[in-house]
Amino acid sequence: MSDGDPVSDAQQVRYDQARYVDDGQYEPLLSEKDRTRVEIGDDSPLPDDLTRDELELPALSEPELARHYTRLSQMIYGIDSGPYPLGSCTMKYNPKFTEDVAALPSASVHPDRSAASIQGTLELLSRLQDYLGRIGGMDAVTLQPPAGAAGEFVGIRVAAAYHEHNGEGHRDEVIVPESAHGTNFASAALGGYDVVSLPSDDEGRVDLDALDAALSEHTAALMLTNPNTLGLFERDIEKIADMVHDVGGLLYYDGANLNALLGRARPGDMGFDVMHYNVHKTFATPHGGGGPGAGPVGVVDELAPFLPAPRVRAAEDGARTGDSDSASDSAGAGASEQRYELFDPEHTIGKVHGFQGNWLVLVKAFAYIARLGDEGLADASAKAVLNANYLASRIEFSVPYGPFHHEFVASAGEQDAADVAKRMLDYGVHPPTTKWPEIVPEALMTEPTEVESKDTLDRLAAAFNAVAREDDETLADAPERTTARRIDQTSAARSPRLSWHELADDS
Amino acid sequence: MNGAETRASGSPYAPHTADERDAMLEAVEADSITDLFDIPDAVRFSDEFGIDARTERETRRLVRSILGRNENLTELLGRGHYGYYVPSLVDHLADRSEFLTSYTQYQPEISQGFLQALFEYQSLLVELTGLEIANCSMYDAATALGEAATLADRVRDTSGHRILVPDLLREERRSTLENYVAGTDLIVEAYPTADGAIDVDELADAVDEDVVMLYAENPTVRGTIEERLDAASELATDADALFVLGSDPVALSLLQRPADVGADVVIGDASVLGLPTSYGMGLGLFACREDYLRQVPGRLVGVSEDATDRRAFTLTLQTREQHIRRERATSNICTNQAWVALRTAMHAAALGPNGLVDLAKRDVTRAENLAERLDDLVGVSAPVHDRHHIREFVAHVDQPAPAIAEDLETRGFAVHVVGKHELQCCVAGVPDTELDAFVAAFSEVVR
Repeated sequence: MSDGDPVSDAQQVRYDQARYVDDGQYEPLLSEKDRTRVEIGDDSPLPDDLTRDELELPALSEPELARHYTRLSQMIYGIDSGPYPLGSCTMKYNPKFTEDVAALPSASVHPDRSAASIQGTLELLSRLQDYLGRIGGMDAVTLQPPAGAAGEFVGIRVAAAYHEHNGEGHRDEVIVPESAHGTNFASAALGGYDVVSLPSDDEGRVDLDALDAALSEHTAALMLTNPNTLGLFERDIEKIADMVHDVGGLLYYDGANLNALLGRARPGDMGFDVMHYNVHKTFATPHGGGGPGAGPVGVVDELAPFLPAPRVRAAEDGARTGDSDSASDSAGAGASEQRYELFDPEHTIGKVHGFQGNWLVLVKAFAYIARLGDEGLADASAKAVLNANYLASRIEFSVPYGPFHHEFVASAGEQDAADVAKRMLDYGVHPPTTKWPEIVPEALMTEPTEVESKDTLDRLAAAFNAVAREDDETLADAPERTTARRIDQTSAARSPRLSWHELADDS
Repeated sequence: MNGAETRASGSPYAPHTADERDAMLEAVEADSITDLFDIPDAVRFSDEFGIDARTERETRRLVRSILGRNENLTELLGRGHYGYYVPSLVDHLADRSEFLTSYTQYQPEISQGFLQALFEYQSLLVELTGLEIANCSMYDAATALGEAATLADRVRDTSGHRILVPDLLREERRSTLENYVAGTDLIVEAYPTADGAIDVDELADAVDEDVVMLYAENPTVRGTIEERLDAASELATDADALFVLGSDPVALSLLQRPADVGADVVIGDASVLGLPTSYGMGLGLFACREDYLRQVPGRLVGVSEDATDRRAFTLTLQTREQHIRRERATSNICTNQAWVALRTAMHAAALGPNGLVDLAKRDVTRAENLAERLDDLVGVSAPVHDRHHIREFVAHVDQPAPAIAEDLETRGFAVHVVGKHELQCCVAGVPDTELDAFVAAFSEVVR
């Protein structure tokens, strides 16, 4: 890349997304390709009052379906398509080999199998619990929560059970910083808590005076992201932990931003009592268009008896013939000979998923951690922070708060951040998260992750800068090179059409 | 570049050369990467995790070695998680990296393909349930049941606080439900069933004005098919309670349409299509009547138009969701099971309506046949319940059930123990030849 005019630089990588147009419409729905009505009929093995009358769905051949879904996939932008700097989402590259290990036939077991017959599954879960405990500085880990928000909910339920157990069931408030992820508020509310919103100080961190005022004997927990959503490390974290603990509250760590800290700092060492990990962020399992993820929860010893049931552990009477856990994790080693078992923690909150969570995602997360090891994990955070700093230094939008780590929040200034994002699509890059956190006007929350090279970051910066120089009209008309042009959100919400049955002119 | 054969000195997925790193540090005016971390000394981590790096090949070998400890059994297991054969089409197309590696469709213009696939998934569920609204996924059946309860809490007109669930309900589902309603004043109570199905008289006694939600499953966890859903639904309606029905896409292809028996909400595990046996990983099905549109949890894909007036898809009615409504959101869900929903839609499309109906019919006849064959064995009677069954059934064994299950396991077969003298067997996904071998093994065990 030259480093001349950003607009012309960016235009070198202008991009046209696949677009199929058929009879004035984009790629037809399956239901427009075929609809076949099947009567349940006389050959039904059930009496007809126990069955439906008919089922009407598309009946298409395999070649037709292969084309349908291939075309749909071409109308999607993924991490493999280009940079994807969505702040707070940690859109890092998903190593291909993790799909292979999750697809092993031996991974395909039923949750009601006897523990003796699935020692491999239990060993993998146990070893992943151990890895996550070490990475977060936590004493005990559950892998059951199927997503980050589910992990938050577990944390909230564990906190409630802990306070109840100690005769402190009167605690009815959870404190959440104004700039926190929306799930924090919603998870606390789902747990029945009143949410106390905490303003930031002038520098974008927790306002200690406001925190002091918010804390009381009603405080069940403070939920905190560190670094916070501005990418700033909460420098007073030890003080904050003391303040929360002094009133008898618990400190909850939202793991969404853990990719900033691997090998540099651990929530457990900062005084956090309970945390969740987003394995689909930090540990590179694919986001899959919105999920599945997994949101394991780690806790300090004191909270371990309250974790969801069942948990996995090495059986004490096991026929252990190998070395200690750490030795058996050496690179050349394979499975252990340890026996593993399921158990219910003494004061368990019960279940938060019908079975043991998103198993196939956990297999991928385990493989990622085992592949990277200490050095790889620490390097991931190092490069993620370097990339964010480098990208921020190359863009013309101002970044009001710092020093930031793996992500930064720029301001689109006089431009509309949402329009900036739409226009960036035309330059073949995915835009940042927009208009949030609200502490930054017209926020562009940007997290490039460690997987982008210097060249890619230069091209990404060129896209930012090209858009920064464009006029409002161009931005308002964008995007023009994606499959669909700007989509009318108001129309979608005003007259909801949520299935093909609702489409007036469907055939 | 680090290849798959090298152990990483850093992340193998961070492409920086040393020169590039140095140039970048210079650009940001830092002497070292450590200088970029604004972390107080007191909380800096200077120890090691003690996790060795591995080559890609070593890592694959490690996982294969660990999972190799799982015994290779023929699973006659169900009770909410099933192992149907998933066509190769699903794996290969769902694994296209645009599907796998994209995020939630907050930029719809560049995500039309996934949005359309999710819209088609929603449409599939609308067809199967007869209800107008289906969201584009919850985590699993248990959490979808929890979400149905919080919806019931939000939409109720009365001051009631009881949720009624069948006494047969899987303990794990009930426990998850109890966690979801822990923040409300709702309580969960079981109503008695008779011979594996709703006892309408008993249920009528249990239902009063204090009930806000009545939950039933069809089929039940014991594989029986409910015959009095309309009566149950009427009891719920009379009490001004929501009638919530648990099911799944295969069963729904044949059994009574939930809308026809008065269901207000349908939940369940939709990943019976799309996922093989996955140690309980699922896909929460959530569908409801149009009346609850503004109260639906989770994401919804809707139709709109783009600037060229062509039809386009987008996430819609997002003001229900946590990223906008925060503590007043209809749910805390953010990350969902979108990619599993894609797989489910693909699997359903691959089967088509004929394939779906045939699969469900075979689940009825094959379960019946297996029950008959076990019933012929000495000391076994099956099915225990004098009901129609789909997919699975409970068998009574004269000998202690755990001992028989253990013996079967040594012969390569896994079944559920559901009582001191009760085993449960499921035919879904088990080829006929293996059912033959199972019957042979069973006859040896009880001989």
